Amino acid sequence: MKNRLKVLRAERDWTQAQLAEALDVSRQTVNAIEKGKFDPSLPLAFKIARLFGLPIEEIFHDEVAA
Amino acid sequence: MENVKNTWAMRQKKNTIRLFVWTAGWTLSLALATFGPKFLWQGNSTMTVLAIIINLVFGIGMIFANKHHLKGLDEMLQKIELEAMAVALGVGVVAGISYSVMDITNLISTDAEISHLVILIGLTYMAGAIIGRIRYK
Repeated sequence: MKNRLKVLRAERDWTQAQLAEALDVSRQTVNAIEKGKFDPSLPLAFKIARLFGLPIEEIFHDEVAA
Repeated sequence: MENVKNTWAMRQKKNTIRLFVWTAGWTLSLALATFGPKFLWQGNSTMTVLAIIINLVFGIGMIFANKHHLKGLDEMLQKIELEAMAVALGVGVVAGISYSVMDITNLISTDAEISHLVILIGLTYMAGAIIGRIRYK
């Protein structure tokens, strides 16, 4: 699953550590999600969407569908 | 974002310190129960039973502290830890049974020691956790 997390974070000028704090996860997890190495659970994906004020589908993309 | 600053990191630090304290207590009480009968109370059974009970109490505390620590991790770190524990448990059971059979059938000259198995499980768990963290890096 691909995502726009890194771009969205950069647009807001947030560090990985700041985003991790806002999501209540580790910085390593934010890094792994950004690199597409770890797919977040649905609750965490919703949390990310709420934080950026965007629908989930505008952040996460199914690689097969794309 | 300021309101939640360091929440996860602070909680994690607290859980790690709690786990360290219980683990240190368990290790020290194990040393007391092991060496106390010989060096401290010269085989007094009551003291030995007391030392074993103290060790068990610290052991139970350590188990709950470990569970609490695991629950406090985020979902990716939980996944890494659980995978490492699954491998360590599997290796422990399989290697432990083989080791026991080798002892029973006298394939090895010395008696099978539980400490060897504990060391193997510990090393396997550490390797699994390190490999997991590298994989998601």
